Amino acid sequence: MSAYIEPVVGRYMHLEIDGRNHRLYFEEAGQGIPLLCLHTAGSDGRQFRALLNDTAITRDYRVVVFDMPWHGKSSPPSGWHHEEYRLTSASYVSQILAVMHGLALERPVVMGCSIGGRIVLHLAEQHPEKFRAIIGLQSSPAVDPYYDTGWLHRPDVHGGEVCGAVAYGLTAPTSPDPDRWETVWHYMQGGPGIFKGDMYFYKVDGDIRDRVDRIQADKVPIHLLTGDYDFSCTPQATRELAERLGPSVSAQIMKDMGHFPMSENPARFLEYLRPVLESIKTNA
Amino acid sequence: MSDSLVADAFRQIRERLDCDPGLVARGRFVNATVIIAVGSDEWRLRIVDGRITELDAGPFVMPSFTFRISAPRDEWLRFWQPLPPPGSHDLFALLKRRVLRFDGELQPLMANLFYFKFLLAAPRAFGSEV
Repeated sequence: MSAYIEPVVGRYMHLEIDGRNHRLYFEEAGQGIPLLCLHTAGSDGRQFRALLNDTAITRDYRVVVFDMPWHGKSSPPSGWHHEEYRLTSASYVSQILAVMHGLALERPVVMGCSIGGRIVLHLAEQHPEKFRAIIGLQSSPAVDPYYDTGWLHRPDVHGGEVCGAVAYGLTAPTSPDPDRWETVWHYMQGGPGIFKGDMYFYKVDGDIRDRVDRIQADKVPIHLLTGDYDFSCTPQATRELAERLGPSVSAQIMKDMGHFPMSENPARFLEYLRPVLESIKTNA
Repeated sequence: MSDSLVADAFRQIRERLDCDPGLVARGRFVNATVIIAVGSDEWRLRIVDGRITELDAGPFVMPSFTFRISAPRDEWLRFWQPLPPPGSHDLFALLKRRVLRFDGELQPLMANLFYFKFLLAAPRAFGSEV
């Protein structure tokens, strides 16, 4: 029996971000409107594996997924061993714009989950003209810290085990076991301190509560999708965000889904996503 | 609801380990005395190499323990449902809602977080009715 080869291509790009050279891994599939996907904290682009393989989407969209610096198959920059990794709002915006520029993505749709769902709000505030549409998955302006993230990176606790166990809890018990555990595996493979460093953005620096009202939802269409089992970014937080953004913003609560919809229950998630992408294409 | 429900849950937690060598293996480095507070009632688990060697119901006058996990009784009963509702399906979901508290030396808990999550969720597999 011959192997099935996915129509997904993975390559490396070399680019400068905030004055430092980076080697980033990215995958893409499809053609048409660029759709740039942003993975969650402490994970990597494999979360979007089903989307990259969905022909209903890739026939109209060029889906591009990159591993953030320090994540997945992207290397940390030279000299990383002298510093503590900490993601900030500014560095996150910089890397997204650098990737768009590096790959010549013209006014893409940008879709991010969790920290990605947060940074798309920063992009909507600062650079609405650069995007065709914005899709926030598990998107909230801030999250109330509820555990000490110091446990995610210390020598007497295995980082892969504890990050995996935290991520497992954020999946829905209704999601299919193989996809739930694949999602957890990505967390177990993260580099030491990377999930913790991303949490600095998610819980501290990326708090955009006081600037949500500056987002002009008439300048860029915004769509929000949130799983009902997510206790990190709750449905209530997404609803409140949508209310602040105004009536033009669509917000859907996805039933029986947790914090990683595209990865923990991809078949179900794509049923929610396809109509959103269809409406973006129609209105483009 | 009756108090026997909670007693049944702890019996099921102990039984789960007897029929799940994978979970025992996951907790093979766990040596701890854990108190689980269910409302005002307390239960004490002595765990040696991932196995529960002692299980006692309180009240305890001067309990020594490694760590304690406390939540109201109705929260534990929702957590133990075969399919818990959103907000009740994970210990950290209860933490986020500030209805659960960890006290004591937490390193054994955080170093073995999968083990304790699965151990304490064991009554779900027995189809507890609440």
